Amino acid sequence: MTELSGDSNTSVPLLAVLDYGIGNLRSAQKALQKVGADARLTNDPHLVDRADGLVLPGVGAFGRCIEALEDAGLRSAAALAAAAASKAVGPPFLGICVGLQMLHEGSDESPGTPGLAVLPGEVRLLGGDIKRPQMQWNRLELPPWAPDHPMFAGLEGDSWAYFVHSYAAPIGASSVAVCQYGTEVCAAEAVGDLWACQFHPEKSGSVGLAVLANFVSLVKARQRDRRSV
Amino acid sequence: MRTVRVIPCLDVEDGRVVKGVNFVGLRDAGDPVELAARYDAEGADELVFLDIAASSDARGTTLDMVRRVAEEVFIPFTVGGGIRSVDDARGILRAGADKVSVNTAAVNWPALVGELANEFGSQCVVVAIDARRSSEVPTGFEVFTHGGRTPTGRNLDEWIAEVVDQGAGEILLTSMDRDGTRDGFDIEMLQKVAPVATVPLIASGGVGGLEHLVEGALEGGVDAVLAASIFHFGEYSVSTAKAHLSAAGVTVRPTI
Repeated sequence: MTELSGDSNTSVPLLAVLDYGIGNLRSAQKALQKVGADARLTNDPHLVDRADGLVLPGVGAFGRCIEALEDAGLRSAAALAAAAASKAVGPPFLGICVGLQMLHEGSDESPGTPGLAVLPGEVRLLGGDIKRPQMQWNRLELPPWAPDHPMFAGLEGDSWAYFVHSYAAPIGASSVAVCQYGTEVCAAEAVGDLWACQFHPEKSGSVGLAVLANFVSLVKARQRDRRSV
Repeated sequence: MRTVRVIPCLDVEDGRVVKGVNFVGLRDAGDPVELAARYDAEGADELVFLDIAASSDARGTTLDMVRRVAEEVFIPFTVGGGIRSVDDARGILRAGADKVSVNTAAVNWPALVGELANEFGSQCVVVAIDARRSSEVPTGFEVFTHGGRTPTGRNLDEWIAEVVDQGAGEILLTSMDRDGTRDGFDIEMLQKVAPVATVPLIASGGVGGLEHLVEGALEGGVDAVLAASIFHFGEYSVSTAKAHLSAAGVTVRPTI
């Protein structure tokens, strides 16, 4: 861990970016480092255990990601950590793209492969007369039931984010942002300290960096809470 | 909502940007990182780096460039040129690129597209296609390789359908008739391939002014417009281009 000299109240939070052999995790790591985290790519359960926050990325097919997570021995750790974060009794947890989708019960993309089932509902193919994948920037809309979630703190005016996906989670009470693509599409979810983005914050320029910085702020706040207990 | 992306393309050789970039105020106009950050700040939606030398000797400098770009630029970027195998692609993606593009290698060995899609997911496989008008094929548009010098005898629309079927996540289609002319995209070609291009289509080749970007988006119906010289020589900024597109009724991500 990096020691910051002269400021005993600040420590750089350790984020475990779960590395289970899927996709390019370097950009997620670099973006988290850019906003002040000690982000490490890891499949080491001990490091995952002592991290101040967890990040579950994912690209490609739902079933392949779930299998790879299992093969890496991280499936139950990820499910338990996400569930604990959702009740705010464990370190904050951030799912990205298929990392969001895997938190649900399953997906049209891979019938018969159960998801982590921390969030309710099935992930469905994007409907309507549109190209799949949605591979573009889209404007985030905050739903009336979550007009000011801390994930988007400090962002003023329209916020645009970069999406690459063909499937999406159902819109429900946990949705904290949506976008329009054929129909209304779930863009981000949050329950307690469990946050998840369908878009790629690490590829969404200044908006994405702000979202990641807000996650790092949440992690730091929980570090302080633990110390003060 | 369909949002059209504006993508500056940078030609690189040995980790340096070539083809005379002429920006005021850059410390080093050949530095891909500085240029990428500049385009990012102007509101570019994505970047494409084409390694024009792409010899195996230069692979190391390309990887180093990709690493440096990935540390500074947090918008998607594609790297193409000289990628001939799954291992080549893995190196580029591990270094931090979001997508790889393949062109000649895919024509020579079409199974490569499927292998890349299986290994990394379709979302990071861009198939770049160079095409020309030709009387040698029935549809009038023929696929070429080696920068437009080598005819393949393949019909353009059949080739697009084949690579989409193999798992291409995106098509980068360059008109070799228009490339470098500044006469605008080959709209007829774009319209002709639209029915088979069921994945996002990027138009390239011929942009000489902002009206050409509008034509590509509205008449060509493409998902993204790629241009090089109009941005590099400082004629237009990406933000000016996006404002022009927006005023013409094309939905774009606004520049900040």
